[in-house]
Amino acid sequence: MDEIMSKNNSEYLIERNDNVYEVVIGLEVHAQVTSNSKLFSSSSTKFGAEPNTQVSLVDAAFPGMLPVINEFCVKQAIKTGIGLKAKINNKSVFDRKNYFYADLPQGYQISQYKYPIVGEGNVILDMPEGQKQVGIERLHLEQDAGKSIHDIDPSNTLVDLNRSGVALMEIVSKPDLRSPDEVNAYIKKLRSIMRYLGTCDGNMQEGSLRADVNVSVRIKGSTDLGTRCEIKNVNSIKFMQMAIIYEANRQVDLIEEGQEIDQETRLFDTKKNETRSMRSKEDAHDYRYFPDPDLLPLEVTDEFIDKLKSEIPELPDDKKKRFIDEFKVSPYDATILVSDIDTAKYFEEVVAKMGKNRNMKLAVNWITGELFAVLNEKNIEIAQSPISAKNLAKLINLIKNGTISGKIAKTIFELMLDGDIDPQIIVEEKGLKQESDPKALEALIDKIINDNREKAIEYKQGKEKLFGFFVGQAMKASGGKANPQLINEILKKKL
Amino acid sequence: MSEITSLTLYELIKNIKEKKISSNEAAKSFVDRAEKSKKINVYVTENFENCLKLSKEFDDKPNFDLKLPGIPIAVKDLFCTNEVRTTAGSNILNNFVPTYESTVTQNIWNEGGILLGKLNCDEFAMGSSNETSFFGNVQNPIAEDLVPGGSSGGSSAALAANLTPVTIGTDTGGSIRQPASFTGTVGLKPTYGSCSRYGIVAFASSLDQAGPMSKDVKDSSILLEVISSFDKKDSTSIDFKRNNYSSELTRNIKGLKIGIPKEYRVDGMPDEIEKLWKKGIEYAKDCGAEIIDISLPHTSYALPTYYIVAPAEASSNLARYDGVKYGLRSSGKNLIDMYEKTRSEGFGEEVKRRVMIGTYVLSSGYYDAYYLKAQKVRQLIKQDFDQAYNKVDAILTPSTPSSAFKIGEKSNDPVSMYLNDIFTVPVNLAGLPGISIPAGVDKNNYPLGLQIIGKPFDEQTVLNIAYSMEEKINYKNNITDWWMK
Repeated sequence: MDEIMSKNNSEYLIERNDNVYEVVIGLEVHAQVTSNSKLFSSSSTKFGAEPNTQVSLVDAAFPGMLPVINEFCVKQAIKTGIGLKAKINNKSVFDRKNYFYADLPQGYQISQYKYPIVGEGNVILDMPEGQKQVGIERLHLEQDAGKSIHDIDPSNTLVDLNRSGVALMEIVSKPDLRSPDEVNAYIKKLRSIMRYLGTCDGNMQEGSLRADVNVSVRIKGSTDLGTRCEIKNVNSIKFMQMAIIYEANRQVDLIEEGQEIDQETRLFDTKKNETRSMRSKEDAHDYRYFPDPDLLPLEVTDEFIDKLKSEIPELPDDKKKRFIDEFKVSPYDATILVSDIDTAKYFEEVVAKMGKNRNMKLAVNWITGELFAVLNEKNIEIAQSPISAKNLAKLINLIKNGTISGKIAKTIFELMLDGDIDPQIIVEEKGLKQESDPKALEALIDKIINDNREKAIEYKQGKEKLFGFFVGQAMKASGGKANPQLINEILKKKL
Repeated sequence: MSEITSLTLYELIKNIKEKKISSNEAAKSFVDRAEKSKKINVYVTENFENCLKLSKEFDDKPNFDLKLPGIPIAVKDLFCTNEVRTTAGSNILNNFVPTYESTVTQNIWNEGGILLGKLNCDEFAMGSSNETSFFGNVQNPIAEDLVPGGSSGGSSAALAANLTPVTIGTDTGGSIRQPASFTGTVGLKPTYGSCSRYGIVAFASSLDQAGPMSKDVKDSSILLEVISSFDKKDSTSIDFKRNNYSSELTRNIKGLKIGIPKEYRVDGMPDEIEKLWKKGIEYAKDCGAEIIDISLPHTSYALPTYYIVAPAEASSNLARYDGVKYGLRSSGKNLIDMYEKTRSEGFGEEVKRRVMIGTYVLSSGYYDAYYLKAQKVRQLIKQDFDQAYNKVDAILTPSTPSSAFKIGEKSNDPVSMYLNDIFTVPVNLAGLPGISIPAGVDKNNYPLGLQIIGKPFDEQTVLNIAYSMEEKINYKNNITDWWMK
């Protein structure tokens, strides 16, 4: 992903013969609402439980069971809508989407069809070539289905209803995305906003975030939309990008061959890296949507919405602006720091712990450099960082006040990894304090110059490169503890 | 013993409270009579042994403060009852034993009622004669080979045959009032939202409503007081102030304005229904009510509207009976084959017919023409009543366009069967309370009912008018116990 981010142009065009095509992408993201209980029942939503242990009579659609809306899920959806700068609808309606499947106990999914809880909004993407606004068409609440498991028993399909009835937010974008890079940025931004809000954990491995991808192509410059295909249920950004590239090229090939594109639903085969037809428009289900008579229209007052607005935390766009204005962080660094709420929190804690004499540049470099490298290597999130913000701030302060050099700091950093050890203690125990006594350093340098007379003469004759040699020798002789700034000063004086 | 079973609920409670009859004696009487009444086929599932046991327990530790102290009661088999088989009259739920209790029945047990058993009904409450039940016809105690009405046919027959002191039914388009009318008993459909739908096998969610069925009006008021409650488990349950219906029951209806809707004089209505209605108007006047002619202009659209809305909801509500989780499962080559076989074998003809109609009217391309239009008409029907209630306090109509018909007479003619609901259906569409009380007999001596329709949540006025008219009408069922001979 970093590779994609670092490219300075995220445009994606397909050239065939003399034609240049652009790809038009719209996403339907299914985000699992962070909530202890399901959308219409009190069963737990905890991930990873034993099959069919989190299923109420409502979830399994027993006769006479009725759905009762979970107010918390409604609040979560509204908060997300606010985060998407979207219109919150005072009245929305739950419909039934009717179809038969073994993991759909009711024989219908309760979803919002005509009247969603959230209307139009937008999301800002930070692309290398600048900001891009992507329109949000709507956000609606719906139930998840259960899970059919086909690969445990050779002759039977097994059904796990733990997920049945879990609340999902379906977030539908406008067809505003134009490249795999933009899709990457869009998903990450949505995920970031929802994680800031605490409305979806965005965990794609656990299926908390999945997307249906609508892809069409057209000659660049055209304003008409081509016939689209919908690629169902893709569960990672990488696969979304691969599917888009495959699908866009497939469509371009068809057009170039003079063929029509069928509007259809396709599946992405991750092993073969190709999409294939699942059902054509003619075979499309007739879901027979109608308002669920078990539920009244969902009405929320302006006061209710305003109260939620007042509970909205600072979101990534605002945080980024503040980091730039208040902390004088570069826009590039700010984008990285705010992209994930836990990174932003970590950074802000480091800043707070650094105290008055804080050094933003050092803080940013240590987090996005050393710390990120360790997290990547260990494949863990910043929330599980082996070094606390408090101790990283201490380390930075030790550099800042000259107690240690940047080089020694790296050694200390490595040692800190083993149990989040206070860097001050490492400095004292290992005697790594920087040598900043000019007299001691002068003596050390005198000895080096003495031992390397010839080189000192060559330097004086103009071989300035040799300065580095003397610095190196001095550092080596001090066991790396010499204050490099002082070494430089003394060497210049003495040579 | 036969005296116990012929007592009204009110009398039975009084006797039990005065310790003249024990709960167990009452239970025994009803069980004994039921054993001799198998021929009329009211029970789908008996709970006799347990009822006798529980009645004894009640007698050992009686609590006479309860509203139904130790009273044995049989209920329609559409109410889910914990650990007692609940079939909804369908083969597809033939083996289904709930692990939970409907709110309405729980309210009854909480007040001391004891379950006698589960009463026959049309399959998923779809029918007007109890002939669609997987468990067979029910005989109307009035006469052999006469239908008891439907869908709460087992309930009305059990009541008329003195097999339960009171009972509960459900009414989606007339399923309480029509069988009450056919058996010379009283049946009340409360305002939509009065009685919780939690734990009632759903037919058409926006129309279904549970209600009391009884031998007289006072008993209905006692039972309504027990079963009507606000329930958070039903999102359509309404939190309004409920009366103490039985203690507030009065025959003083002087000055109440009762509307007579001209549109209920339908073509081809038998003379005797017209006569009964006129008689009813006279009774109401005798009671001191003022009679006012009103118009409910959209009445003729009610039946077609109902037969779009109800099947539409039913087609979706019945999708859960798919053989996957509970109930009947027929084996199939694959999932779709299993669905098809299960639902073909599990559902009867009438249920299939309505699922097909419902699926059709919700289909894309037909939705606007049928379902959406029906919902709009439903609003107009509601408005008719709203406007009428600016002028009157209640409305008086016949309950049904005819008396009970013979078993088999209409079972091959669904449309003529559907016409039976013509006077009851508008009340469901508008969500209003309505009661049917026996008011006379036809040329065959079969009972005929009058319906009183009230304002939303005004069950008290409906009951009061019924209570005072009941006294003037002084109807008595003449039941010969022919099935025991």
